Amino acid sequence: MDHNSRLLKDRLIRRLILTLIVVVNVLIVGIVLALGARSWPVLEATPLGRLLFSTEWHPSDGRFGLLTFIVGTFAVTAGAVVLAAPPCLLAAVYLSEYAPRWVRALAAPLVDVLAGIPSVVYGLCGIILVVPWAGLSVLAAAVVLAVMIVPVLVHISVEVMKAVPRELREASLALGATRWETVKHVVLRKSRPGLFAAGVLATSRALGETMAVLMVVGCSVSIPRSPFDSAFPLPALFAAQYGEMFSQPRYEAALMASALVLLVIVLVFNITSQAILLRFARS
Amino acid sequence: MNRRAAEETFFKALMGISALAIVAALLGIVGTVLWKGLPTMNLDMVTKTPTGAFHLGGAGGVLNAIVGSLCLAGGATVVSACLALPIVMGLNVYSRRASRLVTFTRFSMDVLAGVPSIVFGAVGYILMRLLGLPASLLVGIIVVSLLILPIMIKAMDEMVRLVPAEMAEASAALGATRLETAFRVVARQALPGLATAVLIAFGRGVGDAASVLFTAGFNDRLPDSLGSEAATLPLMIFHQYNSPFPDVQNRAYASALILMVIILAVSVTARILTRRLSRHSIR
Repeated sequence: MDHNSRLLKDRLIRRLILTLIVVVNVLIVGIVLALGARSWPVLEATPLGRLLFSTEWHPSDGRFGLLTFIVGTFAVTAGAVVLAAPPCLLAAVYLSEYAPRWVRALAAPLVDVLAGIPSVVYGLCGIILVVPWAGLSVLAAAVVLAVMIVPVLVHISVEVMKAVPRELREASLALGATRWETVKHVVLRKSRPGLFAAGVLATSRALGETMAVLMVVGCSVSIPRSPFDSAFPLPALFAAQYGEMFSQPRYEAALMASALVLLVIVLVFNITSQAILLRFARS
Repeated sequence: MNRRAAEETFFKALMGISALAIVAALLGIVGTVLWKGLPTMNLDMVTKTPTGAFHLGGAGGVLNAIVGSLCLAGGATVVSACLALPIVMGLNVYSRRASRLVTFTRFSMDVLAGVPSIVFGAVGYILMRLLGLPASLLVGIIVVSLLILPIMIKAMDEMVRLVPAEMAEASAALGATRLETAFRVVARQALPGLATAVLIAFGRGVGDAASVLFTAGFNDRLPDSLGSEAATLPLMIFHQYNSPFPDVQNRAYASALILMVIILAVSVTARILTRRLSRHSIR
């Protein structure tokens, strides 16, 4: 091949690749702008305080307060994280500190399978296994979500604990500490920021889960007073109401605003956890 | 001393219980799908499209959804791979290691991968209206490819980073341009990893329902062009479960069984491919 044409090709492709990289980086900005533009009619007409902190949801009167749905979102998510975090942490300690090699080799594909199960299938199984004793409720959604965030929690926690230098463990053991004392005083302390980040990342995943939650949460427009009450989280609102939004432009704008609020909440959690993990990886 | 040993035993027991609980959750899901899905499973389910009475409990199958899901996820995977591969090569071959753009892109892909799929669905819906397109296979492919693009980039990037820098340096020293180094040396060496990344993204695309809820449409026929509406398995499951007829509700579990088999097949293929293709990598 001609020397110049090879260099030319290289340069052209370089340009193309650079453009692509810039485009994927601004994709998230594009998503925020698109949702913002579509929800503008409602954002403009409703003060932000009322949109976020009012419980009045009367689409026919054009009154759109999202508080009920925001509370619902946080209720199911908080329940899920509280239920999932302790067993996942213990399982991660076991996998990283105690498990023989064959258990670790077996655990990786198992966690992968759990991560690969589609949201609707989680929902279907929730209906058979959880709803009969928990009802269509916050608790049912929390249990289903708890299982769904297991892979993220276990995977990242194990990675974080494995990153703790071996010498630290050996020093602790050499001083006469038992294995559990080493875990408690050295491994867990050293990996605390990373474990916190894993929790925050799992939270951000749970906040956005749609189909499984939609199927087991009951979807009533009221603030849940107990775990056995039904709720209506933001993603479920959007998915359940899409059929009705075609008729009313204001309603569509309000639903887009709910998606925007969801996205902003998720981004705050997600960016926090990524920033912590990045700093953790550097140290 | 005795107290310390007791504490060790106590926490080890807790770890065992936690690990077993996670395994039990996985078995519970797989078991439920098998137990509820097998009785309603038959050859018609995978070989026939729905007849008119199918949604009332009549004869037919979900072939339309199987084909729709495979076309949708397949198309989206091809589109994403065409974008992800150059981007990953750009990050690893064209840029200096750990340059600011590279670090930022990795960070922003982590963030983008955390955006809930329902938000992608909302943005896809906006895009669809903006372009004046009807809900169709084409729009579904665009939305799903956006959804799986960050996942694929992250997975590919992880694999390509494992290729030793000396290999690219050796190639450059022999007079290859960066383009030639990227695609003939680095991509060749990382091929098993790249194939796995593609399959991971495909698996994610097949299982997602929230993003195609209002962008891919839904009908009873096989999709015959990019412009036709396409049913998908996750949505088929969701609609069947929402049906008032118990017979149709039970079919949701058979559809879920089909979806799980597809996803398991993809993940097993990924593992086999990785082994097969690594024969040609230089170690």
